[in-house]
Amino acid sequence: MMPIPVDYEILRIIWWALLGVLLIGIAVMDGFDMGVAFLNPLLGKTDEENRVMINTIAPVWDGNQVWLITGGGAIFAAWPLVYATAFSGFYIAMFLVLVSLILRPVSLEYRNKFEGGARKAWDWALFMSGLVPPLVFGVAFGNLFVGTPFEFDMMKVPHYRDGFLMGFLHLLNPFSLLCGLVSVAMHAAHGAIFLNAKTTGPVKQKAQKVVPIAYGIWLLLFVIGGYWVSQLNGYSITSAAAVDVVSNPTIKQVALVKGVWLKNYLSNPILFAIPALGIISALATIALAKIRPVTAFVTSGLTVAMTITTAGVSLFPFLMTSKLNPNHSLTVWDASSSPLTLWVMTIVAVIFVPIVISYTGWAYAIVREAINEKYIRDNSHELY
Amino acid sequence: MDMLDPVTLSRLQFAATALYHFLFVPLTLGLCWLLVVFETTYVMTGKEVWKTASKFWGKLFAINFAMGVATGITMEFQFGTNWAYYSHYVGDIFGAPLAIEGLMAFFLESAMVGLVLFGWNKMSKLQHLSATFFMALGTNLSAVWILIANGWMQNPVAASFNPESVRMEMTSFAQLVFNPVAQAKFVHTVSAGYVTGSLFVLGIASYFIIKGKHLEVMRRSFAVAAAFGLAGSLSAVVLGDESGYNLNEHQQMKMAVIESMWETEKAPAGFNLIALPNQAAQKNDFEIKIPAVLGLIGTRSFDKQMPGIKQIVADSEIKFQNGIKAYAAFETLQNDRTNADALAIMKLYSKDLGYGLLLKANGVEPTAATPEQIKAVSLKLVPNVAPLFWSFRAMVGLGFWFIIMFASAFIMAAKRNYSPSWVHKAALYSIPLPWLAAELGWFIAEYGRQPWAVEGVLPTGLASSAISSPLVLTSLAGFVLFYSTLLVVDLKLLFKYARLGPPNLDSQATVKN
Repeated sequence: MMPIPVDYEILRIIWWALLGVLLIGIAVMDGFDMGVAFLNPLLGKTDEENRVMINTIAPVWDGNQVWLITGGGAIFAAWPLVYATAFSGFYIAMFLVLVSLILRPVSLEYRNKFEGGARKAWDWALFMSGLVPPLVFGVAFGNLFVGTPFEFDMMKVPHYRDGFLMGFLHLLNPFSLLCGLVSVAMHAAHGAIFLNAKTTGPVKQKAQKVVPIAYGIWLLLFVIGGYWVSQLNGYSITSAAAVDVVSNPTIKQVALVKGVWLKNYLSNPILFAIPALGIISALATIALAKIRPVTAFVTSGLTVAMTITTAGVSLFPFLMTSKLNPNHSLTVWDASSSPLTLWVMTIVAVIFVPIVISYTGWAYAIVREAINEKYIRDNSHELY
Repeated sequence: MDMLDPVTLSRLQFAATALYHFLFVPLTLGLCWLLVVFETTYVMTGKEVWKTASKFWGKLFAINFAMGVATGITMEFQFGTNWAYYSHYVGDIFGAPLAIEGLMAFFLESAMVGLVLFGWNKMSKLQHLSATFFMALGTNLSAVWILIANGWMQNPVAASFNPESVRMEMTSFAQLVFNPVAQAKFVHTVSAGYVTGSLFVLGIASYFIIKGKHLEVMRRSFAVAAAFGLAGSLSAVVLGDESGYNLNEHQQMKMAVIESMWETEKAPAGFNLIALPNQAAQKNDFEIKIPAVLGLIGTRSFDKQMPGIKQIVADSEIKFQNGIKAYAAFETLQNDRTNADALAIMKLYSKDLGYGLLLKANGVEPTAATPEQIKAVSLKLVPNVAPLFWSFRAMVGLGFWFIIMFASAFIMAAKRNYSPSWVHKAALYSIPLPWLAAELGWFIAEYGRQPWAVEGVLPTGLASSAISSPLVLTSLAGFVLFYSTLLVVDLKLLFKYARLGPPNLDSQATVKN
């Protein structure tokens, strides 16, 4: 076996951080595709306007979606128990996500091969593909704070208390629904700021109107969510924390304590800079949208990143909480892969992430030109 | 087996969604290289007809690619939703190639496909060609990692059981990657993809040659596809034989079952050309045997014996005994994590723990299993012989048909004989056959591995999520309905755009309706 030069504890922290990077990658890169898909039927008054919006994402959405696929693979490889517990626990929700994710490429590819009402129907299918995944991911994140009803048996099979339908309805508690709306507002704003940078003409005007509304809603809900978290019963490890032993999530002690989700922030107040930066970036995005569209896209991405980081830091070291048996909650210290797998995956990430970013940058540079109705008319047969 | 238990329903759903996904994958794997050939010729000769060919086949590629990507996500997520215990138990090994596939291959093909489709006017010829090339490379690298993952399920090397985390953990990444089963499977699978892509082009080109339309583009497409398809079909059959050799090394039961070989024969074993397997009586009611052929394929020798089904079942007795010991030690360790005796037993016998789990999966408490119970469960090591035996023969028969057809087409193209003939008709009506062969191949690989999800390690019966039947029924019904609708739309569009043919260069807009 090859020697591993890094401590298990460090590897686990690296993969906690990389999990965050991947989630942010999904929300920033695939997020604007979903935002555009969501806004398309709401903003487009003519078919040409719809085509302008769709063709801003046409050459890039495919690569962006791989953030989601790789994110799934990375959770599978680095946090297999989380993969197993979350995906089977959120069964119906995951099914809805899958259907909507499949609707996206299909709608993009087929839309312009139909006329009239059928074409409009594909626009609404695309809308669902832009609404459902952000909503479900947001709701799922909310449930990490509230807890889901699972526990493990001796063989480490995750079992759930709720049966059919109830399991799904349980996910839709008020706090988690709020998180879902935060996510939808954020994705809509991020999609609008992308349209603002990538189009000229009427679509750009409309997108500019969406940005302050969507980020305004995001800001309001984000602040309410912050207060709400302080009132929730949070999860806290009360037994001695072993951080570098074999992954086994059933031998620690966990207590529910009101307000403990803010513990990481209160013991390191510098961390409050994260949500603060998120809010400042959102305000900057609103201010810069008309004068510096590209910079505004970057600040919008920063808002997205800080929103996710705010939640992740609050939850640390928890990855998934169980309200059925809190001791069985999954944490960074007891739900990871073996040291060898984490180490191999670290090397792979160090080699390939820069390569991926380089050719993705090249691809974006080639299709950087902002588009409008005239461009659609001139290149009609080449485009969606 | 209850048809409505969550395991059976999850298996049905996995089979349906996997076979559906693989309707799109092989065409992508093969057609991308044909696009590279068409476009390279265009760049080298500067002749517009090759660009027309690139764009026409590229359009059909795009319709198919979108569906392949979309249905692929279902495959990945399904491990978590329906096979949660599998995900936990082997995620330490199985997850890595999936994640690497995303980083190394899927990002590449997906970032490039946008440029290939939308970048014609934004890039130099050479830039666009390199985008096409890297897209093709990406799709084929994808197959490497997926088949490393699947190869591990067939031949689980480089892993050992950890009683404290209750799962298999990776012991060597290099061994996982260079698993001989994975290598053979990769070459066989991409070859099948090349056959699919080639026959798709050959068949549609034949359609236009018969109709006498778009002859400039279609004669060239026909010639390229004939050459590529001939190479692909030879490789699929020859390297399929390599898979056979590997099977005998690593999955003797699957080998014996697809040959319906109940008894161990004197080496070299004969090949059952036709047989009527009788599962209950453990014999063939009727068979026509060609002497020696199977022994040569399976062992590459005249003197090595190949075990028959009955012998493999009898030999499993010791594995069950070891598995029971390992399971008992595992139970001890759950209450006493440092028990030295149990740890020592675990170390000795954990490689057969799967056989203890197989008892458990069949409702037998491993530590209290009677010899009769063990004997009954050991019979479940034998998958259903008849469907595997016939699927294998159908697949191989199709393989030889592809060689004949591509060879005939190749000879015609080499002689520059362009007059419509039986070859064109045969190619046109054979378009669906590579898909049939590929689906049969997956059926043999996966159904032939039962009762195991991971050969000898994790029984399928234990691998699923602890979810209720109504849940799985809902998603299964949803997928069947949703996928069927999409397939109808997809086929309608593929037919429509294939029939329209390549546009005349001065009126490209006619492709749009």
